[in-house]
Amino acid sequence: MVFLVPEISQKRRNHAKHRFVDIGVFYGVALLFLKPDKVVYFASNCFFMRLLPLATSVVITAGLVFALNKQWGAVPPMGKFLNPQYGFWQNAEPTGENYDASLSLPGLKGKADVYLDDRLVPHVFAENDEDLYFIQGFLHAKFRLFQMDLQTKAAAGRASEIAGPKAIDFDREQRRLGMVFAAENALKEIEKDPESKKLYDAYTNGVNAYLADLKEADLPVEYKLLNIVPEKWSNLRTALLLKMMAKMLSSGTESDLANTNAKSIFIPDELKLIYPQVPDSLVPIVPKGTAFDAPGIVPIAPANADSLYIGRKDTVTAKEISKPDINNGSNNWVVAGSKTASGSPILCNDPHLELSLPSIWYEIQLQTPTSNAYGVSLPGSPFVIIGFNENIAWGVTNAQRDVKDYYEIRFRDESKKEYFFNGKWEKTTIKEETIKIKGQADLKDTVAYTVFGPVMFDDKFSNELSNKRNLAVRWVAHDPSNEGYALYKLNRATNYDDYAAAIKGFQCPGQNFIFASKTGDIAIWQQGKFPARWDRQGLFVMPGEDSSYMWQGFIPQPENPHAKNPERGFLESANQRAADSTYPYFIPGSYLTPRGITIENKLAAMNSITTKDMMVLHSNYFNTLAEDARGIMLQYVKENELDPVAKRFLGIFRDWDLNASPDSKGQTIYQCWWDSLEVEIWKDELARSTQLVPWPEEQVTMELLKKDSALKYIDNINTAEKETLFDVVTTSLKKAAADLARKEAEGKLEWTKFKNPTVYHLIKDLKGFARPGLPVGGNGNIVNAVTHSHGPSWRMIVHLTNQTEAYGVYPGGQSGNPGSRFYDNYVDQWASGQYNKLWFMKEGDRTDKNVKWVMKFTAGK
Amino acid sequence: MKFITAIILTALTGFIAGTLSFSPWWGFAITSFLVAVLVHQKGGKAFLSGFLGISLLWAGLAGWMDMKNNGILSHKIAQILPLNGNSFLLILITAVVGGLVAGFAAMSGSYLRASSKK
Repeated sequence: MVFLVPEISQKRRNHAKHRFVDIGVFYGVALLFLKPDKVVYFASNCFFMRLLPLATSVVITAGLVFALNKQWGAVPPMGKFLNPQYGFWQNAEPTGENYDASLSLPGLKGKADVYLDDRLVPHVFAENDEDLYFIQGFLHAKFRLFQMDLQTKAAAGRASEIAGPKAIDFDREQRRLGMVFAAENALKEIEKDPESKKLYDAYTNGVNAYLADLKEADLPVEYKLLNIVPEKWSNLRTALLLKMMAKMLSSGTESDLANTNAKSIFIPDELKLIYPQVPDSLVPIVPKGTAFDAPGIVPIAPANADSLYIGRKDTVTAKEISKPDINNGSNNWVVAGSKTASGSPILCNDPHLELSLPSIWYEIQLQTPTSNAYGVSLPGSPFVIIGFNENIAWGVTNAQRDVKDYYEIRFRDESKKEYFFNGKWEKTTIKEETIKIKGQADLKDTVAYTVFGPVMFDDKFSNELSNKRNLAVRWVAHDPSNEGYALYKLNRATNYDDYAAAIKGFQCPGQNFIFASKTGDIAIWQQGKFPARWDRQGLFVMPGEDSSYMWQGFIPQPENPHAKNPERGFLESANQRAADSTYPYFIPGSYLTPRGITIENKLAAMNSITTKDMMVLHSNYFNTLAEDARGIMLQYVKENELDPVAKRFLGIFRDWDLNASPDSKGQTIYQCWWDSLEVEIWKDELARSTQLVPWPEEQVTMELLKKDSALKYIDNINTAEKETLFDVVTTSLKKAAADLARKEAEGKLEWTKFKNPTVYHLIKDLKGFARPGLPVGGNGNIVNAVTHSHGPSWRMIVHLTNQTEAYGVYPGGQSGNPGSRFYDNYVDQWASGQYNKLWFMKEGDRTDKNVKWVMKFTAGK
Repeated sequence: MKFITAIILTALTGFIAGTLSFSPWWGFAITSFLVAVLVHQKGGKAFLSGFLGISLLWAGLAGWMDMKNNGILSHKIAQILPLNGNSFLLILITAVVGGLVAGFAAMSGSYLRASSKK
């Protein structure tokens, strides 16, 4: 019962029947010793009439135990679950819980102390790096076990083991995308270097040290609800977690399949107009006017690209099942001492991700005699991901670059053992996948690997309606890399050169690493491994029968967009295109323009900046896009055609202050009207393809209308008359008004009521573990980027004064246990734009009053 | 007197069974059964004392943990199960589930004792 590592729990399952017998025998023998005469007497005297009630009663008891020991659909085994000595009551952590501990663990080299402050943030003081990451692993497991276990299983395409049949397609897609293949390649790279391997090993050993002593009663409550047990940790699982991040941030940044369909309804010039690479209003990450070097690599388009690729009418019906959220992005910015009140730089970051409980982030300070880093970590991986140390601070936003392409494969036959490539039949590598499903028999799937990568879509997956096209995926995340080691070095960087050198090893997902140092430097690098593409390479599904469409190389790392100490004294990134059209490479991606404009405008206008100003900017609700869009909407609406209800909404919209604040009705009206207008303009054209076609960016639609009020797409091609901008603007308001009136009747016209900001538990069905109805405004294209369940997953402000002054908050809490007062204690703070002061503990603070609990670690046998 | 003794013994041994690492979650069914064998009562009474012994134990433990926890978890679990977030109801159900198993186990014990007599 004590050990729950897989081998043992497997044995337990195998021996479940024996256990019943064993225990029966145990108590039987005990009875024999206690009352032997009675047992014998009974044996010689029992007869039917007296035995019947006994038998009935025993059967009922056994039946009850059996029924209460079994999972019925989503209902956990209720006997075990409710038993206060085994079940969920054990997770009801006393609010006055004492976290002091003395632990002697095999695997540790020396002594280490963990000081927990009043927010349950651990400040780890270890003697060496290995012990440091061992303890980080131990703490992650102690406070966040379920999420690490769940997320890495999901990354590996094993969600069905937990969720049952509904996750089968998700799992098949994960496997066909080559998630495990990617993690295995990363693992080889991680373990190639003994210095790196020992860090990951230490982390893994720390997680497993916690698991080794974990009693069933102490399992996180989710395990009890789902009736599953945790699995032993490994370096591969750490690699899987990092690949999960890679998928989240670098898999959904392409729309190749939908773009390919768009090609069937628009000619190339239209595609360039509707889906432009560089929006007119772009404010790039690298300040405009920065000169770029001549490209180190100039990829050449194949001679037949115009006829076979760009101009070819084409459709695919394959569609990704779990495409990452388009809003996955972030803000970061840094202001130099020349713009701050103190004269020291201030660095800010807020990564936008799906919000969850437990949070994706876990705050931690990691100190050894030679290093000291504070920030947020990802449970499942060692190191601090976003944070600061005694000399520098850093943050990340997503690069949004397209690093994943599809190639059409021709197999020789259904066995998929051979495919046509460069004029001959080449062998594939076949990977047999077995998907285990809770409550159901295993499912087999076969994935063929080609020179490009795994064949993700074929006749067996996701495109039953199609002409059985086989699409192989080429994705940078498949390439060997060791992003964790880059973070390890970044945690220890003391100046700009260290930082620039450390991040070079970070390949995927591409990130905008922003930087500031106490010596006054500020910088940003868009870092990643990015293919050097010829014009429009990889926007659509490419021919895969020869090597001519393959990537010809990668952009040399020193040519990645970057900036250091600009004259203007600030740098920012907010998921916009990194550079303007003077950057000498074709860099498609899934960019977002308006947020960067807002931040740029604000920072440019600010001086004598304080941390307080930065907090206000994090919570900024200004809707930059609406500022332009409203002008168009008000200019073209035919007010005399509106009914009184629509007129009233128009009035509110006209008086709106352009802020998406929580109680704003104008923002709700704007969003519904604008969405309705986009439908009026584009739906008729896009519906010409029966398959998924990407919607033009809202920014682009606004720019097109601004430039050309007679844009040809305004006309509805399905009607005889010719609609004008006046018509569609008015019609769209009429349609939106009907919806808005309904929302108003439900009391949901205020923006926050309309979008109902919610932080869900990682298992969305567990509504009781979620935090719905948070009073917060914002939207994906606004600085405070909170949507229904997505937004700033961590807000951090670091003022690089002599004694680092730092603030941070995330919508969650340090404990993953829904029964702990530390489960969601930052949520309300986060919603109202409040921060925690981050305590950067020093060696001399070991007896400071901020220390609430101490965990003492020593090497055990 | 026997009734009270049985209740106390059932609760006590049930609690001890719950602390033994080798015992499954239903160890208290065995101990409730044994108590009923040792402290003989008629079937119905044995059921009641078994039921009360464990349901009082479970209600007491759950109530105590809930109090120390400020009802944080029980309120959430009572939304999932679903009991409308009512912690009291959750404690009540906890007590009834444990009580039923123990009651039937004790009744079995009583019948065993009865069938072993002339």
